[in-house]
Amino acid sequence: MRRPELVCPAGTLPALRAAVEGGADAVYVGLRGATNARNFPGLNLTPRELAEGVRHAHAAGARVFLALNTYPGPEEWPEAEAAVDAAAEAGVDALIAADPGLLARARERHPGLALHLSVQGSATNRRAIGFYHERLGIRRVVLPRVLSLAQVRRLVERLPVEVEVFAFGSLCVMVEGRCMLSSYVTGESPNRCGVCSPAKAVRWEEGPEGRSVRLNGVLVERFGSGEPAGYPVLCKGRFRVGGHVYHAIEEPTSLNVLDILPELVRCGVAALKVEGRQRSPAYVAQVTRVLREALDACLADPDGYRPDPAWVAALDRVSEGSTHTLGALDRPWM
Amino acid sequence: MRLSLAPIPYFWPRERVEAFYEAAAGWPVDVVYLGEVVCGKRLELRLEDWIALGERLAAAGKEVVLSTQALIEAESELARMERLCRNGRFAVEANDLGAVHVLAEAGVPFVVGPHVNVYNAATLGLLAGLGARRWVPPVELPGRVLARVLAGRPRGLEVEVTAYGRLALAFSARCFTARADNVPKDACELRCRHDPEGRLMETQDGRALFVANGVQIQSAAPCNLAAELGAMREMGVDLLRVVPDASTTAEAVGILAEAAAGRREPAQAAADLAALRPGVGACNGYWHGRAGLDWRGALPA
Repeated sequence: MRRPELVCPAGTLPALRAAVEGGADAVYVGLRGATNARNFPGLNLTPRELAEGVRHAHAAGARVFLALNTYPGPEEWPEAEAAVDAAAEAGVDALIAADPGLLARARERHPGLALHLSVQGSATNRRAIGFYHERLGIRRVVLPRVLSLAQVRRLVERLPVEVEVFAFGSLCVMVEGRCMLSSYVTGESPNRCGVCSPAKAVRWEEGPEGRSVRLNGVLVERFGSGEPAGYPVLCKGRFRVGGHVYHAIEEPTSLNVLDILPELVRCGVAALKVEGRQRSPAYVAQVTRVLREALDACLADPDGYRPDPAWVAALDRVSEGSTHTLGALDRPWM
Repeated sequence: MRLSLAPIPYFWPRERVEAFYEAAAGWPVDVVYLGEVVCGKRLELRLEDWIALGERLAAAGKEVVLSTQALIEAESELARMERLCRNGRFAVEANDLGAVHVLAEAGVPFVVGPHVNVYNAATLGLLAGLGARRWVPPVELPGRVLARVLAGRPRGLEVEVTAYGRLALAFSARCFTARADNVPKDACELRCRHDPEGRLMETQDGRALFVANGVQIQSAAPCNLAAELGAMREMGVDLLRVVPDASTTAEAVGILAEAAAGRREPAQAAADLAALRPGVGACNGYWHGRAGLDWRGALPA
């Protein structure tokens, strides 16, 4: 059985250290600026911090990937190219990118740099992944969260590249790389700006109908008294459809694959990814430790593996809506 | 500037599709895109049926292009996409890089559809080198960014901008129509056939925001770029694309055709388009580098 890498997020050097200490096999980070999908204030590394992070991780036997996964326009292009060079100079173990032109440029300038296709690449079938492999030389694909377990298994069997899947964290309901809900309402999208439903567009209001939250003036959610109020991501809001008000796209919930870990490992996936570069070092430490323990238990005895209720509880405590789902991996979710 | 008709985004019965294109054969559009782009379960028309429809439109003088599905997961969907790409009769609009890969391998020139992520000249040049001869930019690309990308436009590549109609904003594995009816996707009974213009999603304070169309989410407000015709002409946009719906397409095509021919003022055309769908407004924010739903500019009364 292939031992999948546990790939954990880090938005800062303390988070990177927490991930390494917690047992991550690899840590993925972003550079400051609009070159990555978690372009939040106070987050991401400078080139100097990146080099330091790489030294720290390598000394502990862990790898570092740099995510450069927005689609740069002409104005952002020089910054994106500089980020590719910074990644190569810092000695990262792989570059995670989505833009075909940028991948081509990275391959040309740094032939030794391993390329991973970001989830933002939106490659959901073997021909799309084949494009990135044959034309651009990617060695690994991070699969969008729209595929069933059976579809993941078939892809692993048939693809000449490694397959990485999301194991835990916030759940994108839409196919990544092709969702513009955020830019439609706020002007900023994951593809162009590296953000979704940005905090600067959020306004909370108290009124007779309860607590309302708006994104750029658009009402996303209204909470009754005592109802837990979550972050107003557009796809987790309540809307009126056909006279009913409900979570028309998805409830606030997180992805968690602990229930099907042996199936995923048996599929032969190369890596399991934790979402959340925007999260705190404490979060990264907690989630990394739980997933490390679960993955080790699963690898030691896949047939006897059962998710420990303590793991599930620990992860639910830090989950959106304090609940979890298998998402598209489980067909009834669709 | 020429006009084009995007594929019908909704699931209509065959008779309605045929009637729509019978009418479209007489409209002032130059290019017609055909095919099911949204959901692999909508098989009311097969490839052979689309080709037969295409023959009738070609006989009426239209350029016909077959469009591939945007989100392809299942092997059955992949097989249908490959067959469509190798149809041997009409050009193809690729709506994911899988289709681009198949078309490049087959050596067939193609259109890069709006669901392929092209945001810069490097990617556009790469695709042009693989056989792209027309590009429909992502709907969120601002006009000024488009102008900069086009400054290095590959020779012979045409550009087509979505100028009117509801915008495709997202695709999912989940079906939002089935979810609205509380049925599993695997037993959806093709509920979307009852929504010829999708299902409106309003905010809790009554703003029409999105439209659920099976696995796709659209903008509730139609995009309306008639007032930008001058800027588009200046930067070398070749075609204006209209996204079909069940109620306003014929009129919208007529208005845009007159504006493109210089017989109607762009601002007047914008106002006339906005009047086609009262109550849901219009949007042009993306073009101006703002939130997509914004409307910038005045509409004459």
